[in-house]
Amino acid sequence: MINVEDIAFLPRGVRTHKDHVRAADVLLGPERVLMLDQIGLEILSRLDGVASVAEISEDLAKTFAASRDVIEPDVIEFLADLRDKGLVHVR
Amino acid sequence: MSARIDPPLAMLAELTHRCPLACPYCSNPTELLGKSAELSTETWADVFAQAAALGVLQLHLSGGEPASRSDLTEIAAAAHKAGLYTNLITSGIGLTEKRLYALEEAGLDHIQLSLQGVAAAMADRIGGYKGGYDRKMHVAEIIGKIGIPLTLNAVMHRENLDDLPATLEMAQRLGARRIEIACVQFQGWALTNRSALQPTPEQVNRAKKTVAEAIPRLKGKLVIDFVPPDYFSDFPKACMNGWGSTGVNVAPDGTVLPCHAAATIPHLSFENVRDRSLEMIWYHSEAFNAYRGTDWMPSLCQTCERRDIDFGGCRCQAMAILGEAGAPDPVCRKSPGRAVLDELLETESSQIEPPQFVYRR
Repeated sequence: MINVEDIAFLPRGVRTHKDHVRAADVLLGPERVLMLDQIGLEILSRLDGVASVAEISEDLAKTFAASRDVIEPDVIEFLADLRDKGLVHVR
Repeated sequence: MSARIDPPLAMLAELTHRCPLACPYCSNPTELLGKSAELSTETWADVFAQAAALGVLQLHLSGGEPASRSDLTEIAAAAHKAGLYTNLITSGIGLTEKRLYALEEAGLDHIQLSLQGVAAAMADRIGGYKGGYDRKMHVAEIIGKIGIPLTLNAVMHRENLDDLPATLEMAQRLGARRIEIACVQFQGWALTNRSALQPTPEQVNRAKKTVAEAIPRLKGKLVIDFVPPDYFSDFPKACMNGWGSTGVNVAPDGTVLPCHAAATIPHLSFENVRDRSLEMIWYHSEAFNAYRGTDWMPSLCQTCERRDIDFGGCRCQAMAILGEAGAPDPVCRKSPGRAVLDELLETESSQIEPPQFVYRR
């Protein structure tokens, strides 16, 4: 589970990568390759180790002119799934 | 071959067959290549650059024991320079604090440390190497200190499967983020010891329960990947996620294989990175196209609803058990070959006292 005040981050050994062969953005971790869609990449690029989930959702809402109430549950779901896979850590 | 061929995602680079351990479950061939047959540092660097250009994202530096190569740091640096996510698969023997710091500096992303047992007596007996366990624990400690992400690869079989709960505890104690509970797959030298390694049905059931309980309990703390003992499964493993679909192996001498054990299939011939480009080999070689896609499949697999789930299973297993690489994997309940496997299992797992291990030396 991830809460709005949590600060999620990519731990060492997990990174995004531009895959030029497949013209796609991917997340690489131990024995894991995940293809990222645009929103996934937007979320991950905001994990700076400082911003909380709430702040990231707010920023995404502004960028995409959408309501934070709509965006935040998606952000939480996305990050919680990655956390279960060990690809995102939380403090 | 009518379907489109995707580029490979992963490469297993078998840097050497040399290894200080002598594990009875070793999946490398019975006949090993010597040092003089190994690719040079420069050739590996070229192979990695080719792999990245071809679409490989993940590189596993393996062996044998990759640390047996004195140029391991240079090799890791070349992999990192090529832009590959670089994972070192090691027993830990041959790694020192100095070498580990150098590997970190070279850009190594991750280490996968094998585990033969949770106590020295068992681990050293399995590995056939006295003092190996203590050295491994020391290496794990340094890895933790440096902060390189760690996966523990616990190789499990009849002798140690009952230690699974303690193995999970050890992974957490060592600060591993991930554990692979890798029940022995019978390829290469491991086939010699199959009777001694085959777990009993009771052990397998207990292990499955332990895993099912541990996964939710350790969620967010430890990622658990369970590779079951496949003779006990109803359906075959999706070996290599389909032949020639995702992964490519390069043997120590540069032979390019569609899977780790493919050389056991006698009618296939394999090409070498010394002679041809990786791209040509991946897309156009006879060996990679032999069992690619679904055209090669017997009608039992062609018409099966699991055709695109397990891809007919493992070709090398069909070869090893049935003597026919193109047959459905004998693990499959629908396969006529299953009777052969069941008979083997019956004999092997009903032995009160399993036979002694046969070591390579």
